[in-house]
Amino acid sequence: MSTVAETTAKLTPEHDARPGASVRSRLQDLLPKIVLAPSFAATIVFVYGFILWTIYLSFTNSKTFPSYAITGARAYQRLWRWTFESDPPSSWYTSITNMGIFGFLYIFICLALGLFLAILLDQKIRGEGMLRPIYLYPMALSFIVTGVAWKWFLDPGLGLEQTLHQWGWTSFHFDWIKNKDFVIYTVVIAGVWQASGFIMAMFLAGLRGIDGEIMKAAQIDGATTFQLYRRIVIPLLRPVFLSAFIVLAHLAIKSYDLVVALTSGGPGGSAWLPSNFMYEFTFKRNEMAVGSASAVIMLMTLTAIIVPYLYSELREKPR
Amino acid sequence: MSTVASPARPTSSGISGRTINRIVIYGLLALFAIFYLMPLFVMLVTSFKTMDEIQNGNMLALPQAPTFDPWWKAWGEACVGLTCAGIKGYFWNSIKMVVPAVLISTLLGALNGYVLTKWRFRGHTLVFAMMLFACFIPFQSVLLPMATILGSIGRFGVTLQNATGFNFGLGNSTVNLVFVHVVYGLGFTTLFFRNYYEAFPTELIKAAQVDGASFFQIFRRIMLPNSMPIFVVTVIYQFTNIWNDFLFASAYAGTGDVMPMTVALNNVVNTSTGVVEYNVNMAAAMIAALPTLLVYVVAGRYFVRGLMAGAVKG
Repeated sequence: MSTVAETTAKLTPEHDARPGASVRSRLQDLLPKIVLAPSFAATIVFVYGFILWTIYLSFTNSKTFPSYAITGARAYQRLWRWTFESDPPSSWYTSITNMGIFGFLYIFICLALGLFLAILLDQKIRGEGMLRPIYLYPMALSFIVTGVAWKWFLDPGLGLEQTLHQWGWTSFHFDWIKNKDFVIYTVVIAGVWQASGFIMAMFLAGLRGIDGEIMKAAQIDGATTFQLYRRIVIPLLRPVFLSAFIVLAHLAIKSYDLVVALTSGGPGGSAWLPSNFMYEFTFKRNEMAVGSASAVIMLMTLTAIIVPYLYSELREKPR
Repeated sequence: MSTVASPARPTSSGISGRTINRIVIYGLLALFAIFYLMPLFVMLVTSFKTMDEIQNGNMLALPQAPTFDPWWKAWGEACVGLTCAGIKGYFWNSIKMVVPAVLISTLLGALNGYVLTKWRFRGHTLVFAMMLFACFIPFQSVLLPMATILGSIGRFGVTLQNATGFNFGLGNSTVNLVFVHVVYGLGFTTLFFRNYYEAFPTELIKAAQVDGASFFQIFRRIMLPNSMPIFVVTVIYQFTNIWNDFLFASAYAGTGDVMPMTVALNNVVNTSTGVVEYNVNMAAAMIAALPTLLVYVVAGRYFVRGLMAGAVKG
């Protein structure tokens, strides 16, 4: 069935079957592989090799400097113990709880808001060309800039709270960014601000790809706009939901910069995510083995999400 | 088949219902536009205010007497840690890192995509899948080994320097970051070009081959002239990513005058000596944001396409 694969297979020059082909032409045949080799080798060494190296380190007792004597799964045992140490919360407990809160809210709100905005924008809006870039520009900013901007905006003494006080709403109180129990929610706000416009663009592209005939038919059958979206459009958008989920989950697990710039880790490290935990333990607290173990756990979480997705994407494509 | 007799939508609810509907929709859209613009707006107006005005005025008010001083100060005098020479040096560090990293990774991506679509070999899908997966790993899982290797290369560079008087760029932070960004950007650039070249008619290449064109001739004469859009997309994507990177930058060039812009900005904002000059901080943030914002304004369409291509394959 795979016509493309067949035609390309024939592409490889015929003369390589002929004995006595000159060295030069043999080289020509090998050229594609030679060109690809450095990139592939770099991937093998610097991605997969380094991952193995990190896994190896997580089974040693490396502190400030790497040590290469395997000492067992102590780092994992410690992380496991910390996982249940909630009172007072261990750094790891805080990090993974935050990951849960942040991951869930960030993904959920971005999907909901993105879909909502896309549907609104799809109502033959005048000025869509102007609104779309406004929703999307935060994606072009670095997390550090986003963090700096929102840090200012959410600062009780300078930002929103102060402004509303000046406008006469003196009882308004909003100090989440300084509150260890709520600081993670400010990371959610800034994160959603940054990524939701992009999710909107993904949904909008999906909406524009839906066959107009289906919509027309449903309308003729008397479906209300709400029914139309709930019963027909949203189910048709399922692939977009999946892609958007993958993008967001991937961004959420990798989030590091935003926490640093927005909260500097929060009061007592209360805004940490596992990525911050990894960085701090590896480079600041001289607990390299523990840091490596946490990196391995991050990697495994992401792998569990990405690999099935990539597998299905790469497989179902003999077009 | 059910009879399509049911009346078309009850438009009888009238024009007023429709109008209210439209007002609500436009109102909501405007509200969200404000939500997205607010932080940028606040950042921008604050960067043009004096400290007096910031402390006594309203965050949302336009500057009474707009002044460029905070911008000049951020550019040339702001303190990053203990050095107070502004962020201009770090801005150039970022430029020096971004330009080669983008060019090299894009060109390699183009070649890889060309090989993976037009010169397929057994196992090409596996090779591609392995490179693709590399895009998604949390970089924390390679951070430490890379730091170790870069450290060794740096020591080797010093030895070389002592022996030959020249270190060939080994151990130079900018070179290190270029290397790191090329290696970990290859997955995405390869993905972009592979998907683009997949749709490129293979017949053309076959015809050229029959005419005796070589591997590189086909690439240069046939593929490249037809790759302009994907080049723009890839360059923008890589530029934005590398300019905005913070993790690698802080791990491998986190101190001293070798820091890239993002790290320097974070340090400016968190430098706690003396009075915190918010207007200068905001101006510095604006300067750090300008290059990517500019690219976005000029070539937004391509930027979005890049993001999409990175998210949804094909």
